Amino acid sequence: MNARLQGHAASNPTSTGTALLSVDNVSLEYRTPQRVVRATHQVSFEVDPADRFVLLGPSGCGKSTLLKAIGGFIAPCEGEIRLQGQTVSAPGPDRIVVFQEFDQLPPWKTVKQNVMFALLASGTLKRREAEERALHYLDKVGLAAFADAYPHTLSGGMKARVAIARALAMQPKILLMDEPFAALDALTRRKMQEELLLLWEEVRFTLLFVTHSIEEALVVGNRILLLSPHPGRVRAEIHSHQYDLHSLGGVGFQHTARRIHGLLFNEGQPPETERELDFTDIRIAY
Amino acid sequence: MSHLSPVREEYEVDLQPLTHVPLERELPLGQRLWQQGWLRKSLILLLLALLWEGVARYQNNDLLLPGFLQTASALYDGLLSGELLGKVWISLVVLIKGYLLGIVLAFGLTTLAVSTQFGRDVLSTLTSMFNPLPAIALLPLALLWFGLGQNSLIFVLVHSVLWALALNMYAGFLGVSETLRMAGRNYGLKGLRFVLFILIPAALPSILAGLKIGWAFAWRTLIAAELVFGATSGKGGLGWYIFQNRNELYTDKVFAGLAVVILIGLLVENLVFDSLERVTVKRWGMQR
Repeated sequence: MNARLQGHAASNPTSTGTALLSVDNVSLEYRTPQRVVRATHQVSFEVDPADRFVLLGPSGCGKSTLLKAIGGFIAPCEGEIRLQGQTVSAPGPDRIVVFQEFDQLPPWKTVKQNVMFALLASGTLKRREAEERALHYLDKVGLAAFADAYPHTLSGGMKARVAIARALAMQPKILLMDEPFAALDALTRRKMQEELLLLWEEVRFTLLFVTHSIEEALVVGNRILLLSPHPGRVRAEIHSHQYDLHSLGGVGFQHTARRIHGLLFNEGQPPETERELDFTDIRIAY
Repeated sequence: MSHLSPVREEYEVDLQPLTHVPLERELPLGQRLWQQGWLRKSLILLLLALLWEGVARYQNNDLLLPGFLQTASALYDGLLSGELLGKVWISLVVLIKGYLLGIVLAFGLTTLAVSTQFGRDVLSTLTSMFNPLPAIALLPLALLWFGLGQNSLIFVLVHSVLWALALNMYAGFLGVSETLRMAGRNYGLKGLRFVLFILIPAALPSILAGLKIGWAFAWRTLIAAELVFGATSGKGGLGWYIFQNRNELYTDKVFAGLAVVILIGLLVENLVFDSLERVTVKRWGMQR
């Protein structure tokens, strides 16, 4: 078990300096016409290569804003974000974002062209190689048969798959996913989580995943960073490498889920589980 | 918690493949024909022509209102002698020059407007100043500046196309979703490449609407301008043809000239713009 940390210092005190991504005391603010709102306050954490790092928190904890800052879309007002030692200052093809919204795929390009477009526009590959790689990754997400379909003819889950294929084809240093499955129905979401984990087994990419679902965080991630609401501050870091989709409903899984719930919503100690499990405790996720 | 057991039994059904029911069937011929847009529109045109002929026969005054058949024969004569086609050609050449120049300027202005705050202010100030100004009102000034030639016509045409198109295009750019913008920037697209590869295709429904409005404005302005100042160096266009024939009281030829204006409008709308929409925004599911 990892020790409780004082305040919100670096999330991993035993960091060895091999981190792929380091977020160092980052505060983020956004502007409304009337005032400036602080979204996160001095958040620090480090992501190692091949981590499946999850940012988890209630809505309004600034987790999406944090992800956008790592993507380079928002500049931090304090602190620094470094990718392999390089300070992040602008969006770039080394950090590909998978958004929640379905309109992230340009509708005027077919599925294959969508994946190729990312490769060509960023100057990663020439046309021939781009096409080859696009088809390879489309095959991986099971959409080879739909290569020439336009996005508006696809279902939500298929669009999410295209976005993932596009991101993987870019072979970014880190893959940023902003609640990618939140707009999907429960069955599709579960299938997508399963496929994402299978892809990770195969490709071993580094993933930063934002979600507001405790179950999804436990299933998808190997490390979970809990953020407190308004403004987002680091509350804890939890290991979840031992859980997968088969752990749903298991005792250990439920215990960790309840612990996270306690950390997120009550300020005190998480309630210990001496009592019998009853029907209301069994949440078969979604 | 009380567990009431349901009264009904549970059951499972083994599903056999469904073979004896056809999975799809064709619509009846009438419904399929009615779905053809050109057929419906032709029917409307036919009805209008019948109405026109009826009113003309009732009126019975060729000088005021020649009928559909009379106009058609005048049109046929004009086309056969080549006179009308020549006029149409003169008008179209000027029109297309002005239209293209207007499009290029509108692209430049809106690109500037999406890139900088200053450009945005320039565009919004200029459109609010000049959009309400009728192009024809600028014609006397244009004649003073550019003389009695094609250039003054092109000037008023650009004026009539530019503001309407720029306004639509800019509104289209503003409507592009934040996610799509971020996705584009994520690939490292910036500046002109961002406008070309993300904003323009994403705003295409609005841009096409602007192009249509611009085309109609340009046509209108051209005919009106030719009516006002007539021929340039002895070669007048369609407006001049209408004006001349009105002076000589060939009302059927006036109607033939107007019919040509309408026909070209219909042709461009249905052939050019409709096909453009079909292969782009409709195919991409951006417009129904």
